[in-house]
Amino acid sequence: MPVIEVTNLHKRYGETVAVDDVSFTVAAGEIFGVLGPNGAGKTTTVECAAGLRAPDGGGVSVLGLDPRRDAARLRQQVGVQLQESQLPGRLRVAEALELYASFYRDPADPARLIDELGLGEKRNTPYDKLSGGQKQRLSIALALVGNPKIAILDELTTGLDPQARRDTWSLIERVRDSGVTVVLVTHFMEEAERLCDRLAVIDQGRVVALDSPAGLVSAVAPEQRIRFRPSAPVDDRLLTDLPQVSAVARSGSQVMVTGTGDVLHAVISVLARNQIIAADLRLEQATLDDAFVELTGHRLAD
Amino acid sequence: MHAFGQILKTEAKLYLRDIPTLVLTIGLPTLILVVLGLIPSLRQPDPNFGGQSFVTYFTPSLLVFTLAMVGVNALPTVLATYRERGILRRLATTPANPAALLAAQLVLSLAAILVSAVLLALVARLAFGTPLPQRPLGFAAALVLGTAALLALGLLVAAVARTAKSAQALAVPLFMLVMFFGGVYLPRFLLPDFLAEIGAYTPPGVQALLDAWTGTAPQPLHLAIMAVIAVAASAGAAKVFRWE
Repeated sequence: MPVIEVTNLHKRYGETVAVDDVSFTVAAGEIFGVLGPNGAGKTTTVECAAGLRAPDGGGVSVLGLDPRRDAARLRQQVGVQLQESQLPGRLRVAEALELYASFYRDPADPARLIDELGLGEKRNTPYDKLSGGQKQRLSIALALVGNPKIAILDELTTGLDPQARRDTWSLIERVRDSGVTVVLVTHFMEEAERLCDRLAVIDQGRVVALDSPAGLVSAVAPEQRIRFRPSAPVDDRLLTDLPQVSAVARSGSQVMVTGTGDVLHAVISVLARNQIIAADLRLEQATLDDAFVELTGHRLAD
Repeated sequence: MHAFGQILKTEAKLYLRDIPTLVLTIGLPTLILVVLGLIPSLRQPDPNFGGQSFVTYFTPSLLVFTLAMVGVNALPTVLATYRERGILRRLATTPANPAALLAAQLVLSLAAILVSAVLLALVARLAFGTPLPQRPLGFAAALVLGTAALLALGLLVAAVARTAKSAQALAVPLFMLVMFFGGVYLPRFLLPDFLAEIGAYTPPGVQALLDAWTGTAPQPLHLAIMAVIAVAASAGAAKVFRWE
């Protein structure tokens, strides 16, 4: 049962079309990614879902409600972390959470949330004295303090160092495991690949693909490439006879096999049966990055 | 209501933590009064000031200083900063209304002005024998309307300015005009008559404050003009105010 349904969403700012035609559904309990380059219309899309903007066309339904008409009810159930939103510099961590908790009918315990997000030692630290990662965790905590059913998180790891980014990722996975549906807006491939159960790839205001990260990759670039140096001479036919193999090439002592499906297993098995060891074995697979280029015709520039 | 109470409490804490602004708005006028009052000749009755001492004559202008600091300087800067930092927008995603933040800021501005006015009047009375405002009702009316006019102008600045920087760029000249016509830079008896006269009609209406303080009923026209400015500026602010 979908918790968010976006149908033919259209939104323009004056002459500029921000969202042309976007449709997707988000299922309860998943991490749903909205992936695309800057300016693709991701933020506008989720802002319409959060009720911050009125669509010019199409429909948005969140938990069966209209984000504009039923705004008051939805705000109790949807936590939003906005891109580039800050807090007053002198506001302390615990104060921020207690303040936001007071807005909700059934809030989480601020003190427990602070501990869960690893901000226990920073509870009396003013916002301006927090590191980027701590600010981001506080921001996520504020999105969660109302005990929401859905959390919409926009560009949550932009500007974080790699360690803080990984910490934030495992935090998001814990949030999902606690039963909250997460909508994640990102322009980081690695983030989408690691976190998202499913994702919508948006480019120039349109959905160009909608699938799981692995599904996207295999739909776009099903071929895998295996490189190795055999310990004894290998007859090409031994490999080309395998149904999974589409091509075999050689370069010096190196053999390069291209194929689909469980080609790796098939190649290793046939080599083993012939007492050949594959040294320096490498498997090359298309990444989400490659899939994106294939789908949109351009690279996801940072 | 619970949410508004929390917002007010939190904003009050933040207000009290901003020590430099607090000292400047609440403490400085009284400090200037004390420094001037330490000069004996300024405490002597002087026919130039209708038989009052200079200190007494100048006290309402010091009140203008507080009103200007709070109304056209502090308030728009805080609100523009809140918008620039996305604080108002973030609040709009919660069940709380961002207008509550605006209301809390207005309440705090009023409180700061009240504390500063009481402090100034008490120190003037106890240290330098300046009588308390002689026409309490007229003085309250002049103070309330003058404050409303300046706060409304402050809201208008906050509405027009997109960033804290541009709020400052608008607020500083406005602040200096208010201070100048309020006789803070140059005591008004040194100004040419027509400039002193203009000061009676520019917010917060120093003439009405002075009149009510020294025992003359404030002129209805002076008060009415403050009311008109307050209504016009706040209507303008409400029309153009943006939460993001």
